[in-house]
Amino acid sequence: MQLTGAEIVVRCLQEEKVDHVFGYPGGSVLYIYDEVFKQDQFKHILVRHEQAAVHAADAYSRSSNKIGVCMVTSGPGVTNAVTGIATAHMDSIPLVIITGQVPSAYIGQDAFQEADTVGITRPCVKHNFLVKDVKDLALTLKKAFYLARTGRPGPVLVDIPKDITTHKCDFHYPKSVTLRSYNPVVKGHGGQIKKAVSLLLEAKRPMIYSGGGVILSDSAEQLIKLTRMLGFPITQTLMGLGGYPATDRQFLGMPGMHGTYEANMAMQNCDVLLAVGARFDDRVIGNTAHFGQVSRKIIHIDIDPSSISKRVKVDVPIVGHLPEVLDEIIRQLEAVEAKPETRHLPDWWKQIAEWRGRNCLKYTQGPDVITPQYVVEKLYEVTGGDAFITSDVGQHQMFAAQFYKFDKPRRWINSGGLGTMGFGLPAAMGVRFAHPKATVACVTGEASIQMCIQELSTCKQYRLPVKIINLNNGYLGMVRQWQEMFHGNRYAESYVDALPDFVKLAEAYGHVGMRIDKPADVEPALKAAFGKHKNDLVFLDFIIDPTANVFPMVAAGKGLSEMILAEDL
Amino acid sequence: MMRHIIAILIENESGALSRVSGLFSARGYNIESLTVAPTEDASLSRMTIVSVGSDDVIEQITKQLNKLIDVVKVVDLSEAAHIERELMLCKVRATGKDRDEMKRVADIFRGRIIDVTESSYVIELTGNGAKLDAFLQAIDSSLILETVRTGVCGIGRGDRILKV
Repeated sequence: MQLTGAEIVVRCLQEEKVDHVFGYPGGSVLYIYDEVFKQDQFKHILVRHEQAAVHAADAYSRSSNKIGVCMVTSGPGVTNAVTGIATAHMDSIPLVIITGQVPSAYIGQDAFQEADTVGITRPCVKHNFLVKDVKDLALTLKKAFYLARTGRPGPVLVDIPKDITTHKCDFHYPKSVTLRSYNPVVKGHGGQIKKAVSLLLEAKRPMIYSGGGVILSDSAEQLIKLTRMLGFPITQTLMGLGGYPATDRQFLGMPGMHGTYEANMAMQNCDVLLAVGARFDDRVIGNTAHFGQVSRKIIHIDIDPSSISKRVKVDVPIVGHLPEVLDEIIRQLEAVEAKPETRHLPDWWKQIAEWRGRNCLKYTQGPDVITPQYVVEKLYEVTGGDAFITSDVGQHQMFAAQFYKFDKPRRWINSGGLGTMGFGLPAAMGVRFAHPKATVACVTGEASIQMCIQELSTCKQYRLPVKIINLNNGYLGMVRQWQEMFHGNRYAESYVDALPDFVKLAEAYGHVGMRIDKPADVEPALKAAFGKHKNDLVFLDFIIDPTANVFPMVAAGKGLSEMILAEDL
Repeated sequence: MMRHIIAILIENESGALSRVSGLFSARGYNIESLTVAPTEDASLSRMTIVSVGSDDVIEQITKQLNKLIDVVKVVDLSEAAHIERELMLCKVRATGKDRDEMKRVADIFRGRIIDVTESSYVIELTGNGAKLDAFLQAIDSSLILETVRTGVCGIGRGDRILKV
């Protein structure tokens, strides 16, 4: 039996066992939406802005390791989605984005709602396709799902002209697909793994540095086993938090620009560094020349060869899928009689304890003004450390990363690479669809939240009881911090005048709003939000200290050990 | 900073060229020349890119090229013995005493005159880039009316074969 292109799209999504599609209809996807209407195997989630559709699909994937799927119309539908696609691309999140396109014959004619989707999105997708013949449609979608999830994951976009959705052909969904030009490496190189093992055994001042790759490849179990076996200290990047339990003693906190003193000092001064699914990002390593001043051996495991020796030269590169490579390292370590160089390890831990003793995250909560750190700590306590936390971008994001101790992977959902304000609320929606019973909180600020505030309406429609923790300091806090520290206190355009009354705003959307401006009210408000208002969306507007800064801080371009600490440290 | 000749086999799909050129511009890599045409297997195109960069940069370029989904194979030809050739068509003024001189220089460079008018020649010349440059320097620059060059295409010597 012959199916139309629109029917084929829906059948392919069903074949891929997709259960949620986030999207927004429009002219060029009308036939596809008509088929979506006629089926009930997957649920379509109607957002209020295409950017939110992509963020929601993205967070759906981040929190579950399923592929996020979204669907938008041509032209402005696509351009609105671009921020979301770029966000997913920077953090290697597997998505399939289906976009409508004007009819084939109109392409290039500056037709209504036409945009060069493949051209616009090319630099921010893993791959994209323009379907030119309905006969290619099923295979193209199969390739899209395959590419999105394998190798280094990423968003894959399929652009479908409207006429293709009406053309008919036989439907056959291939069970598997191979591409001669795409063969991601899975097993690590045996010789390199051997070298890595002997370096680990000889290390005097070892350090493990893990990143988002551990989360993406679901290899937290292996990472924990290896780290405990070796007894080495470990740090995890912003993208890697939760890969190793943050409450464990071997964890030194996050490294980098707002990393802990002990993590940065250990990164800088170790003699063997094991990098696991991390990419030596500028926010993590700081100045590479400064980092290179200390000689250390670096072992780098990554699925993507181009991540290796991109910013920092490494000694033992291992390209492969993390779970397999880590299993092999564990196997080889178990096979050797010699234990890691344990004579020097106590000295190294002593040194680390000294660094830890600086207590670099210390802050004081007085009786009058709420500090943001205090709110996050109370959030951690009230939720028992077991919530899914999404965030936007800025100071609140760093406070959340520093003070919410993630013990499990896929609980911390944030835009690390692109740093997209507006990510948090739609992300919280995506998480809630992936985990319908989970506790989900979005730690945000009054500036970020307004970048996708319209999604409060989506939350109402789908009854999503997300808790919004708005750390309201009236400023673009991180911008203000940089202006205070590096631009002579000239707060150019970082003060947000004329803020809405967030309580009334939340109520206008049909939710519960609370304003909290006294430290003593923080905990009761959180308890009420997660307790009696468990099933409501609660917008908690915390009026916080407008002068609070994030410390420690490594200024842009500075070395990792050149940290600025809070004044009273 | 070394000059490298990178040969690429890439799926002959629409947009393949823009994926490669977009990669170079997005990541700030230098392109001296880029040539592309389908191979004997119509499903594949072969590209030759000449780029200048440190070893680290060239390593990143080859890795990033390999990462493109449509790219089947990448080889840095300049790593071993190879041949490079470029074609130039050069229209020159050929009048009076210059007419004989131009023919003589073209002969010396093993060029061929492929178009003749009363006042001009079109000279076809192949060779590596340096030879073409040398030719342009050997003739009076005021006589050059127009030049067009294909950019370098390259191939490995002997057993070095780039094929799927």
